[in-house]
Amino acid sequence: MIHCVLHEEKDSVAVVVVEGITAGQDMNALILDDDRTITIQANAAIPIGHKVAVRDMEVGDTVMKYGTDIGKVVARIATGDHAHVHNIKTKRW
Amino acid sequence: MSIIDSSTTFWGYRRENGRVGVRNHVIILPLDDLSNAAAEAVAHAVKGTMAIPHPYGRLQFGADLELHFRTLIGAGSNPNVAAVVVIGIEDSWTKTVVDGIAATGKPVVGFGIEGHGDHETIMRASQAAKKMVQHATTLHRVECPISDLWISTKCGESDTTSGCGANPTVGNAFDKLYGLGTTLVFGETSELTGGEHLVAARCRTDQVRADFMKMFDGYQEMIKRHATTDLSDSQPTKGNIAGGLTTIEEKALGNIQKIGKKCMVDGVLDKAETPDKPGLWFMDSSSAAAEMVTLCAASGFAVHFFPTGQGNVIGNAIVPVIKICANPRTVRLMSEHIDVDCSGLLQKEQTMDAAGDLLLEMMLQTINGRFTSAEALGHREFVMTRLFESA
Repeated sequence: MIHCVLHEEKDSVAVVVVEGITAGQDMNALILDDDRTITIQANAAIPIGHKVAVRDMEVGDTVMKYGTDIGKVVARIATGDHAHVHNIKTKRW
Repeated sequence: MSIIDSSTTFWGYRRENGRVGVRNHVIILPLDDLSNAAAEAVAHAVKGTMAIPHPYGRLQFGADLELHFRTLIGAGSNPNVAAVVVIGIEDSWTKTVVDGIAATGKPVVGFGIEGHGDHETIMRASQAAKKMVQHATTLHRVECPISDLWISTKCGESDTTSGCGANPTVGNAFDKLYGLGTTLVFGETSELTGGEHLVAARCRTDQVRADFMKMFDGYQEMIKRHATTDLSDSQPTKGNIAGGLTTIEEKALGNIQKIGKKCMVDGVLDKAETPDKPGLWFMDSSSAAAEMVTLCAASGFAVHFFPTGQGNVIGNAIVPVIKICANPRTVRLMSEHIDVDCSGLLQKEQTMDAAGDLLLEMMLQTINGRFTSAEALGHREFVMTRLFESA
């Protein structure tokens, strides 16, 4: 079963594609471009459609998804953390 | 191998000007907010007609007024419309709309309320509407090549499954439609923010690229002029955020998946402007769903691909809107709204090619007459875009 997907290996976040992820759960993360899977442990219950960090990030780091810049880190993120509006903001507005 | 190729045909209504529609509406079109009551009374009195009430049309000026006329004339001119009765408060602007639609050759007539009153207007307009619907119901669908089809797309209430699933499904379908001589359009200017360089790279010529960037920069400037926050409550929307989208950049990169991998951007259009040749067009347009679909309808597009994540429910008064969804939770909880379920993509149960073909199969059924979910549920949204305050 695929629990989350990322587009490219250099992405820093993956999208959860199943319901019911709980804190501590091991997830199979599919890298779409390479068609291979890595494992990440969720640090929180992450809802379907929300993102999980696949690497550690510091404040000010660029968040990568689709192999592209999608925003900046505003609060420290650890691998497996729920990555969303509480720790990531737009750079554009 | 796709389910469509250059020999694919569909059954459509060939109008007086050669354009092909996939519906056969007779519409009672108010010029302004004062005429909604009369228009609705006519649509009630004459079965098989449809009123399209809206709140605007008074004291507008400049580019805002031009857009108002372009939207109303365009909606009446859309090939999905067989005939039109226009009602306005006075005769002069009513005539502007009537003359604009008459250029297509289809039956159209107008009535001004001043000097007559609602009762007499409703009587005269109903007499005209009855003749029109009895004419429209004699028209037949004929076999037309796929190249006669105009398809628009916009996504709504997106979430992260849109970028991974529903939007690339549209992109796959667009890639297959693009080479067959069809006319395609995408837009949502502000929602390209973060990915505008990717769209610019797909522009066919330097002129198209320059025109696109001018529209994009103009929209950014408008947002910066009015913004009081970082827009994180409005764009992305609360629905986007509940679904997991975090920034406009992330939303944009998902959004852009709709233009596939092969389509080039062949030209740009102003809001509700009609393209003059086949290919993929970018329309400077609102990202608000019903506004943008209404602009596409006014531009002349016959069917709309609408990928959604969290479950946008809108349709359109004159254009069938096909809903595509890759979010298994939405497909389960809002099933009555979804036409194409591509949630299998997220579990690799479906290939992208299979999902694109599923959408094209639904497109063929829809343009040949099958009601979309939005049509069956009575969603007939018609929302005008305004550019600034009235005078």
